[in-house]
Amino acid sequence: MTGSAWFDVLLAILGGAVRVGTPFLFVSLGECITEKSGRINLGLEGVLVFSAMCGFGASYLSGSPWLGVLAAGCSGALLALLHGVLCSLPRVSDIATGIALMLLGSGLAFYLGKPLIQPQAPQIPSIALGAWSDSSQVQAALAINALFPLGVLLAVLIAWGLKNTRWGLVVRMAGDSSDAAKALGYSASGVRIAATTAGGFIAGLGGASLSLYYPGSWNEGLSSGQGLIAVALVIFARWSPVRCLWAALLFGGAGAIGPALQSVGVSGGYYLFNAMPYVLTLAILVATCSPRQALKGAPLELGVSR
Amino acid sequence: MRSAIEAVVLPLLALAGALLLFGVWVLLGGVSALDAWTLLFKGAFGDMFSWQNTLQRAAPLMLTALAVALPARAGLVVIGGEGALVLGALGCAALPYLWPDLSGSVGSALVLLAGALLGALWLALAGALRQWRGVNETISSLLLGYIAIALFKHVVEGPLRDPSSLNKPSTHALAESLRIGPIAADGLLADVHWGLVFGVVACLAAGVWLSFTSSGFALRVVGGNARTARLVGLPTSRLVVAACALGGACAGLAGAIEVAAVHTSANASVIAGLGYTGILVSFVARHNPWAIPPVALLFGGFAAAGSLLQRRLGLPDASVLVLQGFAFVLILAAEALRGRLFDMLWPRAPRVLRPVAAGATA
Repeated sequence: MTGSAWFDVLLAILGGAVRVGTPFLFVSLGECITEKSGRINLGLEGVLVFSAMCGFGASYLSGSPWLGVLAAGCSGALLALLHGVLCSLPRVSDIATGIALMLLGSGLAFYLGKPLIQPQAPQIPSIALGAWSDSSQVQAALAINALFPLGVLLAVLIAWGLKNTRWGLVVRMAGDSSDAAKALGYSASGVRIAATTAGGFIAGLGGASLSLYYPGSWNEGLSSGQGLIAVALVIFARWSPVRCLWAALLFGGAGAIGPALQSVGVSGGYYLFNAMPYVLTLAILVATCSPRQALKGAPLELGVSR
Repeated sequence: MRSAIEAVVLPLLALAGALLLFGVWVLLGGVSALDAWTLLFKGAFGDMFSWQNTLQRAAPLMLTALAVALPARAGLVVIGGEGALVLGALGCAALPYLWPDLSGSVGSALVLLAGALLGALWLALAGALRQWRGVNETISSLLLGYIAIALFKHVVEGPLRDPSSLNKPSTHALAESLRIGPIAADGLLADVHWGLVFGVVACLAAGVWLSFTSSGFALRVVGGNARTARLVGLPTSRLVVAACALGGACAGLAGAIEVAAVHTSANASVIAGLGYTGILVSFVARHNPWAIPPVALLFGGFAAAGSLLQRRLGLPDASVLVLQGFAFVLILAAEALRGRLFDMLWPRAPRVLRPVAAGATA
């Protein structure tokens, strides 16, 4: 490949990092809040698919993509609420419930989304940060999903809120010691249900970004494990919302390698390049986990790090 | 005794609840619930053809359910059965490339073994990562599943592709003598391949292993309390990895059988979510290998009835997935009633005899 081809690939990966990384960002922020309260929601994969379908449907029917975004968030919150309530029953494991939610969420989405496969829905607008350049590649790479700045803002806001507000403290307390929460008169399950629901809303925005921006249509193969990768991504980010942002961009970039290479004509190993995010996730888990001690920064009540 | 009855009654109640919810669900879409239920039953167990279809679909589910149940008895939630199944299919289809003059029943046994071996290695990796690196096995096994599917597609559409398969990339078809035939020449089992026998035997054997052997008992101790297991000196890590490997071998075998008996070559039809349905089957059977065959039969039946629901009532093909989702959620919710079901229905005698004043505040 020539130098300019390499430049194009690099640019495409950079642009792809934001484009592919935006759903990762929202889902990992949602998972981060959920896990901070001491519960793990593997079902965000189902939430992502379900909310992508609802968002697409609402945008198609109402004609407004922002109503679609709202619908995606609300439907995600609804499904996550089910997870939160189920897990609060005695002897119900959050891991198993997450698996069930994955199945239920995609089942409901495929069932209700059948008539939505053909039509086109109004899309979320993009912000043209590359307008200064004459190169169409630069413009394409720097056209950014309008939800992305919202995600960045949310990451900073959540980080600040967890640290500095009464609600943030309550959520962290429920995550570190349900006894302490009880002693101060808060119900740990109540806090966790609220946190899981809020997390579902945020993850739902990621679903909207999938069906209303990139790839920008509804089909049954829309999400393939992004919700799950986000769970690992939160571990990688050590439960810090701001680090979730960098991790999401890194994973977005890894996911963009395959399409970027294909755009310059390298098509061999297409599937292998598409599997990069999974390999990267696994490698990072192997590198950061330790059998001897719990991870630094992990909520103490969380089962995943033990 | 009570707990034994409860172990049967609770899942049955949950399944009945799931069917009820499903009825309400289709009713909301303007389809008669009664029609849906009747067709579910007819499509699953109505006549000889549907029985054959059901048995055919139940066979791989038994094996993929074991891939969840065996690690679960060692205390692990491993859900990577789909990946092990896909690699098993690949192993089965790829062995003749390495060894072209493979034939006969020995050849069949070898291709199945190749599939089982690949599946075993894949899930053993998830178990090993958890024991030696502390990586959560649920997440790693699911990630490994996605990686396995990518590998499968890469190999089937690249190096091992049969050039004559144009629209649907496949490997070369297995030689006639390597394929697995039906169990009987005629009658009910004429269309049912030997995979069913493999599934039932594997479930029975796994149950015997867990219940009647010392290593099976040791595995259950590890699953019950890993600390105790280490205190009494059990080889915890080895047992955990062995359970994962055996589970993976079952799922890999399921994939190999799908190729050798149904599809004749490895192609995208193998990736049909059998591994994911296996998770549900194992949870409904409460990870008890002996309970897996009947549960697999039930869910195989629902899957068989899916196309009938689609054709007769115009329901989307995902309706079976919705039913499975309801069943999974209710099975887990029913867990909360364990040990309380009978108290709720028939309060025990002492509680009734308590003085009214004390009882009112309690």
